[in-house]
Formats: sequence, C-alpha cells, structure tokens
Amino acid sequence: MRAVLAIAATVWFFGASFGLLARSSGLGIVAPLVMSATTFAGSAQFAVASILGTSGGAAAAIAAAVLLNARYVPISISVASLFHGPRLRRLAEGQLIVDESWAISSRGDGRFDRRLLIGAGLVLYAAWLTGTAVGVAGGEALGDPKDLGLDGAFPALFLALLVRQLVGRRARLAALLGAGIAFALTPFTPAGTPIVAASAACLLGLRLGARARREP
Amino acid sequence: MTVWLVVAVVGAATIVFKASGPLLLGRRRLPELVVGPVAVLAPVLLAALVVTQTVGGDNELVLDARLAGVGAGAVAIAARAPLPAVVIVAAAATALTRLVA
Repeated sequence: MRAVLAIAATVWFFGASFGLLARSSGLGIVAPLVMSATTFAGSAQFAVASILGTSGGAAAAIAAAVLLNARYVPISISVASLFHGPRLRRLAEGQLIVDESWAISSRGDGRFDRRLLIGAGLVLYAAWLTGTAVGVAGGEALGDPKDLGLDGAFPALFLALLVRQLVGRRARLAALLGAGIAFALTPFTPAGTPIVAASAACLLGLRLGARARREP
Repeated sequence: MTVWLVVAVVGAATIVFKASGPLLLGRRRLPELVVGPVAVLAPVLLAALVVTQTVGGDNELVLDARLAGVGAGAVAIAARAPLPAVVIVAAAATALTRLVA
C-alpha cells in the first residue's frame, strides 16, 4: 500500500498539471473536471488539452484520445474475471481500471488481485480529481511538472512494474517484442498508436503460435 | 461548444472501453484461446509504455531528460530499491538533468 501512496502523489501532481494545461488551453474550469471524472486516463486527457490548445480541431483531439485509450479494451478483458454482481456495479467498478492500478494489482502469472485493483483505483481516482481541481484553480504556484521531473518518473515506475513481470522466457520475449514494436513505430505514428499496435501484434503472434503448436 | 463535444465523446468512449471486459465477460472464465495471450499482455503493454513514455513524441522520437530519469530509475531497481524510492530517484534525476542541460 506504500507503493500505492507514492504513485498517488505522482498522479496528484500530474492531475494538477493537467488542470493547469487545460485551463491555459481554453477548456475552462468545469470541462477539465468533468473530463477527469469521466475519462480518468492521463495521457489521453493531456493529448486533448494540448491539441485543442494548439488550435487543433475536435476531430483530431477525439481521434488521438480514442486511440490512446483503446488499450483499455484488452486491459479490461485481462481483469474481467474479478468483476461480479449487477451490470451497473460492474460498469462503475470497471472505471477504476487505469494503467497504474492495473499494473500494481498484477501478480505476474496472468492473474490479478481484486482488492489491490479496486483500492488503488479509488485512491488514484481521488488523487487525479483533486489534483485537477487544484490545477484549474491556479496551479501556477506548484510550478511546471517538468521542472519536478514527473515526466521521467512515470516510465521508471512502469519499468519497475515490468521487471516484476519478467518471469519465464515467454514473458521476457513478449516484453522484448512489445518494446521493439513500440520503438520502431514511435517515429512514424501519432502518440498512442505504438502501444495499440504492439499489444495487437503480440496477441496475434501468440495466438498463431499456439495454433501452430497444436496442429502438427 | 467544441470543448464539450470532445469531453463527451472521449468520456463516453473511455467508459465503454474500460467496462468492456467487466460487462461482456463478467465473472465467466476467459475462453481458452484468450488465456495465453492475456497472460503476457502485462509485460507487452508495460514494455511498450516504458518506451513511449521515455522517448515518445507525436510522429517523432524525443530524446530528453526523461532518459536520464529512466536510467537512474533502472539503477535503483537493480539495487532492489522499493517502488516509492524508484519514483523519487527517477523524478530527481530528470529534474536535475533538465536544470543542468
């Protein structure tokens, strides 16, 4: 749980910087808050704020954000078995799935811890929303999140979570493939595409591989 | 008006994405065909996230202070530092590099 609090503090500052960026991009005060409450996914929200702020159109902003968040389809499928009860409850609890809560609840063998996922999700949701509120209300006092080095903290966090997952040859090979595809596509595609392409390619490759083994 | 259209569409799409697994599959066991790939989804996605958040840009590779942050973070990870320490070390290294450069 100490790890969750460290992540929550980072997420809080990032929420504040989103609020600040959204406000200065002309999104107003209420819209960024509504967006943090409904979308609750940092990278997509940053993309929207920066595209709208640099006079990009609604279509470009929507396309970028939808592409960035498409990864939540495979992510939510991977934890689907943790959710039960009425439809509305599953719909609501599903919203607590976010990169960090999902990664920290992973046990490394394809299984996930429901209490960690929901608990971390709730803490991070609160951090993201209050951070956004402080940001739109005047986060100038907090300084530029880049000065605090927060943009370098997130990849290191994901690296730490990745290292715990590298059990066995299959996982190592998959990680290498994912990194390679993402790296190869980054110079040529809009943000978000490399992640979706990497996961799609790996899922497809593994399925074909499994089928080839089964059919001699 | 544009702002609210974007907020509404992106919000609705993300809610559907995040609910797709829990709503469609619920408690049911994953089909056999999906179990294998899903087990390695975490390493694939995390590795792709590390790459895109370290050198990612829009249609370009961006090499900046984030690299130093991830490098310092990797050293902390190799030294078996706890997760909060890794995050702090990486942020500090990124900020310092940016300050000096």
